[in-house]
Amino acid sequence: MGKKIAMETNQLAAFAMAQIDPDVVAAYPITPSTEVVQEFSKYVANGEVTTEFVPVESEHSAISACLGAATAGARVMTATASQGLALMNEILHIASSSRAPISVVVASRALSGPINIHGDHMDISSIRDAGWIIMVAEDAQEAYDNIIQSIPIAERARFPIITSYDGFITSHAVEVAEVLEKEEVQKFIGPKKPDYSVFEDKLTIGVLALQDSYIEFKRKQAEDYDKVVDIVKQVGKEYGDLTGRYYDTIEKYMTDDAEVIMVVMGSTAGTAKVVVDQMRAEGHKVGLLKIRLFRPVPKDDIISVLRTADAVMVMDRAFTYGGIGGPLFEEISAAMNDLPCRPYMANYIYGLGGRDIKPSHIRQVFEDGLKAVKGCGFDQQIKWITVRE
Amino acid sequence: MIENILEIRWHGRAGQGVKTASYLLAEAAMDLGKYIQAFPEYGPERMGAPMAAYTRISDEKILIHSGVENPDIIVVIDPTLVGTIDILKGVDLEKGIVIINSAMEPDMFRKKLPGFKGKLATVDATGIALDSIGRPIPNVPMIGALIKVTDLLPLKSVEEKLRHKFSEKFTEKIVEGNLKALERGYQEVRIDG
Repeated sequence: MGKKIAMETNQLAAFAMAQIDPDVVAAYPITPSTEVVQEFSKYVANGEVTTEFVPVESEHSAISACLGAATAGARVMTATASQGLALMNEILHIASSSRAPISVVVASRALSGPINIHGDHMDISSIRDAGWIIMVAEDAQEAYDNIIQSIPIAERARFPIITSYDGFITSHAVEVAEVLEKEEVQKFIGPKKPDYSVFEDKLTIGVLALQDSYIEFKRKQAEDYDKVVDIVKQVGKEYGDLTGRYYDTIEKYMTDDAEVIMVVMGSTAGTAKVVVDQMRAEGHKVGLLKIRLFRPVPKDDIISVLRTADAVMVMDRAFTYGGIGGPLFEEISAAMNDLPCRPYMANYIYGLGGRDIKPSHIRQVFEDGLKAVKGCGFDQQIKWITVRE
Repeated sequence: MIENILEIRWHGRAGQGVKTASYLLAEAAMDLGKYIQAFPEYGPERMGAPMAAYTRISDEKILIHSGVENPDIIVVIDPTLVGTIDILKGVDLEKGIVIINSAMEPDMFRKKLPGFKGKLATVDATGIALDSIGRPIPNVPMIGALIKVTDLLPLKSVEEKLRHKFSEKFTEKIVEGNLKALERGYQEVRIDG
């Protein structure tokens, strides 16, 4: 049984980073992840970590410095959000194709404009095609646990990873979390084993690959990326053996006999569990599927849960301009295409820019689902909720 | 009010220690084995602007992550907010508890809070703070008053948490002053209803 502590999730993230004690952290602070960098710099100043801390002048420089250090074999971390992640975009693609296992903590936030510092999933959604592993936490405990697991996941997969939690809703809230001792964390993640030596091996970093070889590189990257799902499962199991908290790519909540299943990511999953409990007590067969691994999409795991549902309600705290629905809805819909008999599916765009989603909103979504099952589907497949009409 | 979760809303102005109060109470509860959440409401932040913070306390893990809609207890750290903003928003008018920082008797506030029939308490938290710590930061005596009115936690666990938390930041003199302020808030609160 670990020690229970209560601190703001950003501070907890810095605490987890200090337990990991990376070789290099290069960072530029941005709301709502500022305190991660701020608190971590205190661990550096107090001599509690051995990290080389590189304060840089922008997020583009932060991720560039991280990439340089990672390709030299270092264990590397940083933190960012929103426009900061957007400014990193160019280098994100190079980091994943360079197979650099950088771990980035993201307090997910709306993208400007209009300027908004609050929580939604637009930032992580906007970089879903950058070849990074993206994990989303429900609460402080999972945020801590994901950050610790991010190191073995990234290093075994040889891909960079983002572990995110919701800006302000989670980042600036104090909750109880059970934590490991630093020695336990060190034992769990093990020492960094570089795949090569930049001093002894003959190699080229940042290669040029034109028509004769680029597509082969990409196919290899795509194939290896697909293996991430199993690595996330394996690390989640090993972490469970250590802590008692087992993790998978998804989390099922009352789904086995559910007629209506809600699919959701982040802090809203907790609120939705409360509503599921209330509606179950009233005799409604509703359940919840929480997506923990947003990228790569754990397709088989998702299908195995949703295949028996009559209606699936996909909740997106993000949207795509002119898309078929929100980013999560697009993925879930595509995954379900393989089924011979698909459930009714609907998409709810909610909570953008930190707009509060209340239990009453979630109940309404479930009720829409129950109605669709009794009748013949949805009048409207994509709905915006928590929005003033 | 959500089943099995106690919800507190703190009203005050930026700079009055509203967030600190919401955190301190939550952390003292955690030390007793409770599950907690504490979070401020973030808007455009500037000294003196009205702000709110929230504390949730439960015996079970708290899953809900939406805002507090129907608080059980309201703590008003700045009395000028009564009548300026709706401090009773979402409150059960029969069962709610309101604690206000004021030197006035609690029944003086009844007419400012039409329809409210719950427990109403006042304490001169600013006066106590000036006496004991020499600064008009009324958050700590308000916690003392809250403990007396609600019996939420033993005063001793708040004292221990306060000593531990404040010792990291402040001199021994300030810590002792705050402990005194906590005790006086507890002793001097006047309760109506």
